[in-house]
Amino acid sequence: MFGAGGGTSSYQEIEEADVILLWGSNAREAHPIFFHHLLRGLDRGARMYCIDPRYTSSARFADVWAGIDVGTDIALANGIGREIIRAGLSDQDFIARSTAGYEAYAASVDPFTPDAVAAVCGIPADVVVEMAHAYATAEKAQILWTLGITEHHNAVDNVLSLCNLALLTGHVGRWGSGLVPLRGQNNVQGGGDMGAIPNKFPGFAGVDDPVHRARFEAAYGRELNPAPGWHLTLMFEAMERGDLRALYVIGENPADSEADAAHARAQLEGLDILVVQDILMTRTAEMADVVLPASVAWAESDGTVTSSERRVQRVRPAVSPPGKARHDIDILCDLAEAMGEELGPRDPRAAWDEVRSLSPMHGGMSWERLEAAGGLQWPCPDEDHAGTPFLHGWLWADDLEGRDPAPFSVVAHAGPTEELSEQFPLRLTTGRALDSYNTGVQSGNYDSPLRFAGLELNPADAAGLGIAEGDLVRVSSPRGSVEMSVRLASSLPVGLAFTTLHHPDLIDVNVLTNPDWDPKSGTAEFKAAAVRVEPAQASETAEATVG
Amino acid sequence: MITTSGVATESAVTIRVDGKEVAVPEGATILDACDAAGVQTPAICYGPTLTPVNVCRVCVVELEGSRALVPSCSRAVEDAMAIHTDSERVRHSRKMVLEFLASGVDVSQADELRQWAEHYGADPDRYVPGGATMDEPVRVQDNLYIRDYDKCVLCYRCVEACGDDAQHTYAISVAGRGFGARISTEFDAPLPDSACVYCGNCVAVCPTNALQFKTEFDLRQADSWRPEDQTVTRTVCSYCGVGCNLELHVQDNQIVKCTSPDDHDVTRGNLCIKGRFGWNYV
Amino acid sequence: MADLRFGDEQPNDAELAAIGTIVSEADAATVVETERVVRGGTARRRGLRHLLLPVLHSLQHEIGWISPGGLNGAAKRLGVPPAEAYGVATFYELLRTTDPGHRDDIVHLCVDPACALAGNEELRSSLEARGAKVCESPCLGQCERAPALFVQGAGRPDRVPADDEEDFRLPQAGDSGLRVLRRVGVVDPASLDSYRDHGGYQALAAAIEMGAEAVIDAVRDSGLSGRGGAAFPTGAKWRAVADEPGPHKHVVANCDESEPGTFKDRVICERDPFAVIESMTIAGLATGAACGWIYIRGEYPRATRRLEGAIAQARAAGLLGRDAAGSGQRFDIELRRGAGAYICGEETALFNSIEGFRGEPRNKPPFPTTRGLFNQPTAVNNPETLLNVLHIATHGPDAYRSVGTERSPGTRLFCLSGRVAAPGLYEVPFGTTLGDLIDLAGGPLGSLAAVLLGGAAGAFVGPDALSMPLTLEDAREAGATLGSGVVTVFDDTADMESVVVRIAEFFRDESCGQCVPCRVGTQRQHEVLVELQASGGPLAPQRAELIDDMARAMADASICGLGHTASSAVRSAVALGLIGKSP
Repeated sequence: MFGAGGGTSSYQEIEEADVILLWGSNAREAHPIFFHHLLRGLDRGARMYCIDPRYTSSARFADVWAGIDVGTDIALANGIGREIIRAGLSDQDFIARSTAGYEAYAASVDPFTPDAVAAVCGIPADVVVEMAHAYATAEKAQILWTLGITEHHNAVDNVLSLCNLALLTGHVGRWGSGLVPLRGQNNVQGGGDMGAIPNKFPGFAGVDDPVHRARFEAAYGRELNPAPGWHLTLMFEAMERGDLRALYVIGENPADSEADAAHARAQLEGLDILVVQDILMTRTAEMADVVLPASVAWAESDGTVTSSERRVQRVRPAVSPPGKARHDIDILCDLAEAMGEELGPRDPRAAWDEVRSLSPMHGGMSWERLEAAGGLQWPCPDEDHAGTPFLHGWLWADDLEGRDPAPFSVVAHAGPTEELSEQFPLRLTTGRALDSYNTGVQSGNYDSPLRFAGLELNPADAAGLGIAEGDLVRVSSPRGSVEMSVRLASSLPVGLAFTTLHHPDLIDVNVLTNPDWDPKSGTAEFKAAAVRVEPAQASETAEATVG
Repeated sequence: MITTSGVATESAVTIRVDGKEVAVPEGATILDACDAAGVQTPAICYGPTLTPVNVCRVCVVELEGSRALVPSCSRAVEDAMAIHTDSERVRHSRKMVLEFLASGVDVSQADELRQWAEHYGADPDRYVPGGATMDEPVRVQDNLYIRDYDKCVLCYRCVEACGDDAQHTYAISVAGRGFGARISTEFDAPLPDSACVYCGNCVAVCPTNALQFKTEFDLRQADSWRPEDQTVTRTVCSYCGVGCNLELHVQDNQIVKCTSPDDHDVTRGNLCIKGRFGWNYV
Repeated sequence: MADLRFGDEQPNDAELAAIGTIVSEADAATVVETERVVRGGTARRRGLRHLLLPVLHSLQHEIGWISPGGLNGAAKRLGVPPAEAYGVATFYELLRTTDPGHRDDIVHLCVDPACALAGNEELRSSLEARGAKVCESPCLGQCERAPALFVQGAGRPDRVPADDEEDFRLPQAGDSGLRVLRRVGVVDPASLDSYRDHGGYQALAAAIEMGAEAVIDAVRDSGLSGRGGAAFPTGAKWRAVADEPGPHKHVVANCDESEPGTFKDRVICERDPFAVIESMTIAGLATGAACGWIYIRGEYPRATRRLEGAIAQARAAGLLGRDAAGSGQRFDIELRRGAGAYICGEETALFNSIEGFRGEPRNKPPFPTTRGLFNQPTAVNNPETLLNVLHIATHGPDAYRSVGTERSPGTRLFCLSGRVAAPGLYEVPFGTTLGDLIDLAGGPLGSLAAVLLGGAAGAFVGPDALSMPLTLEDAREAGATLGSGVVTVFDDTADMESVVVRIAEFFRDESCGQCVPCRVGTQRQHEVLVELQASGGPLAPQRAELIDDMARAMADASICGLGHTASSAVRSAVALGLIGKSP
């Protein structure tokens, strides 16, 4: 099936691409070693278009940076699609053989003229046209994205709008062309592959699919719940309704990482019982009724993780866990035992073989092969299979290998849910910095000379507010206020402010962020909040006066 | 293995190394051929992940028909080449290069270089007393790595790793000329003020410990650096989804440094600041 | 742009203006088109890199040094990492990266042998007494009028004081046997018409008539070989470039002669600049190269002006450009100034210098004919070699071979300096003996002790070599070299230990520092010779062995010719007993 699973291409392919659209991704900082592969492509002569509201460190390598307005990606993608069609640059053979729904798509993008796109996205019409032509006429082209696409209220639509471009031009299913979402954690791909998502068993087998469910029921000798579960955002809604009263959190720090953090913390406080299994005393762990100290998966435990190119690799213990910290597998098995269940041998390798027996795409990845090959890319159905560097090669087979054609998606543009207002006139977007990671639980513990915790503002915006470099400011959104210091950044267009999520101890940024979420992915709109910035001193004085 | 769309079939080239015929793929270097022939070759500026710059000249071999010796690390093989790796000329030049380096540079922590120097009978003490040396202070400008250019042999590996061969940050270059040449930021600006992004890829390729992780430097200062007691474990970095392979060097159940395997095609020996230095919490 | 980071120092207005004379803001590596569109990228950045040295020259010239702000401004405009720009700036003698604290002229005083013999120390004293800012310089290429000065101005043009006073006359003026020098001192170097009146552009017309293949064949048949020192057959070089596929090829005139004692190409470029342009055009048309480059020493301001003038006039007359001289082929010439680095005369170092990198030689192979300038096929020749082509194209290879020997056909330029009655530039047929050549220059002054043949990279010969015919083959047999045609004469009053120490110092200073044998070897060689000089005694056996050991390693294992030859003069001096003799 087209559209599910993982990135279609291998890193090596980007080294051979001719045109790269880096869209909503600051891979130079968030995925630095992937960016090394991209750099090889640029050295070989690839042209790169970087679409990002910020002139990021990745954009500095681009042939063209297009500073799009936050949350207008669909309009741009549709505009590019329209121009490709208008200019006769679409791959009509590919469309006819391998896709479905082209007519509806073509009709849906027709209003997105370059001028219309320019008006919505804030970038010149000729740049829209240029990108369309560059992408469509390239022999090999890749679209790469990360959270700039997915941390929006319409994340899945954003992704589909990009997939449409690949279907329009045949830039998928062959070596060098593809669609690559870069994963933010070392095993976010593997977690999904293993079924750690509410609606899938391992290997992306749907829980609501009776055939697949029957396989798992047979293996485990019991009936399994056919109803898809809740993802994190739905869980918080369930907490709010009172439907969810107990929560077991493993290796996640939602008290800091959820949008509208104040609200999230209130929900966690209201639980009957909160169990947290983590390696460090996170803010969430501090709120817990029970804390289960765990070992560090990648340095203290055995197992596998899966990367953005669907490559399964081994992790191994280098040090033994401190104090009473234990391996996740031991904690889980003990818990099960206490509940009267035997989960099988406490051996990562045995667990892996269980995965292989139930997930056909992992079937050929024996422990020995993973050791010897330095990782294998799924699907790898049997032990003679070399793994799969790129997905969807079947799109180029005359009979599509018996599969359904890949569907175009009609997606409508819808900007950020929180509109700018007189009261909150600046757009706040969030992201990552090179030296830090997520909520800083791990990365906050080393002495980085690059570290900066604060708000970045365009110098003109700052001047208008009477704010200078280094000043302490109060940033307020409809949900709350946070104080932070300011750094002037001409890499930001006027009207856009930026901060990272890495230092919740210093800057509780998710107090500000917008919790509106995408019903298809469950991801909140971290990338677009409306805020007001004012000198910290002044606001205090003002409040004092009012008070 | 990843297979590309158009895999070129490699034709073999046969050359003679010390009288022994070896076949290597077209495009291979003389050094590859020496490896294939089981001949060990000293190398300082050569690194498996880097484009050969052939500046140290310690890997030179005698190529029949060539007036001067040729650097094996960068010279491509051609059919019917005849190579000598242990002739008097070769031994002499290798000895002199090692002697030259040891005469002006602190090679106390360059184990491989010292072993080869001994092998070739280098005598760095025979030069004019009080001759020029690198004479540079240790630069400790942050808590991640130090630069001790007294130990620098100007192999260019750090410059290549920071630049075209990997990181594309170009924080350092060779500055000056002749014996006064040094690895430097612009105007010798302190690292935190330079373009350095602390990936540590320069440290990883340094053959003489002129670039040293601060953890190693501190342990050495305290006389507690014990490589013989260290284990090295390969695992995968947790800081994003790229899947970079790490080698954790552990002493007394503490991680003391982090490297990356050269032979893994995701990382090719490289890491970013998080993977390289962000393990303190373990 | 790459993720370049520029320090806090900003260029001032004067520095921005200096940068802007070479690259405007609109042509910068990164252009902010609108608040939402920035254009940059790898191709754009790479395309600008070759302007780094001109931009640094401009800063040095306008400001008097390359300040941190100026460097940042230059680096940003070109998209060059500041560290790399600093690495390039610190490579060159004429570029300063420390604040001189004044805007006075810098007077470069030559300290090489010919000028030392001519009393450069007295000149230094008198200059310093007048308050001049004097700095020592390697050979300035004015050995026939030693002691030499070169004045580097800040905000004022660079100049050579001797140019103002010179009443130029070629020693062999009127000699009908002159080929290369036949127009020198006769033609008006500033006038294309005068050049044409003296037979200029007849060779190009003949070459166009003959066609590329025939030109290359004629050059091959003439037996012409390079006059820079390596003596590579010119026809073979051109053939190799012509045979390379692809549309992008280059012809480079290497006017970076810096071998101590050499000044021939300066004289040619100053006195017959159109001949350089014409012969380069022939090379371009023959090899299929559309791009010609002149790389000239930074210390040659007058030659630079005259070449620039000649290029402009030739271009205006349609002799360069889209359809060069009606040939149907495109050929044009760009001129680049060096900035004080002997090594940039080495052809691959010259490429790196033009391309905006440190002037470090590349390993060969690949050879320039396959991967030269910008990694494209390139023919590099010096002006003397090129001017020989004019004769060949006009008169044919047989006529060319009418003088000289079978293996060294034609004539050769020699730069006579030192203790000789009439120093200057001489052209004689190959095969003329060293003694006859010196006699042509009025004979030695005083009692001849030694001749340095081929410059610092050459070798000393004693009085017994006066009978040696000056051919490639005879020189080789004698263990000497003609090199770039340097003949520096020493009499028995010369302090040969100082001369040899200075030669060793020259190589130490001019080593690029890239490869270990040369970087360390030239340093240690100098230290041994200083020690010997200080001791006043004979050369100890273990020191003689060390000199030999170092020499062998430098000759065998260095990357380029500089290292290969850095010990040859020293060893010859020891062998001849000029230094380190037992009492």
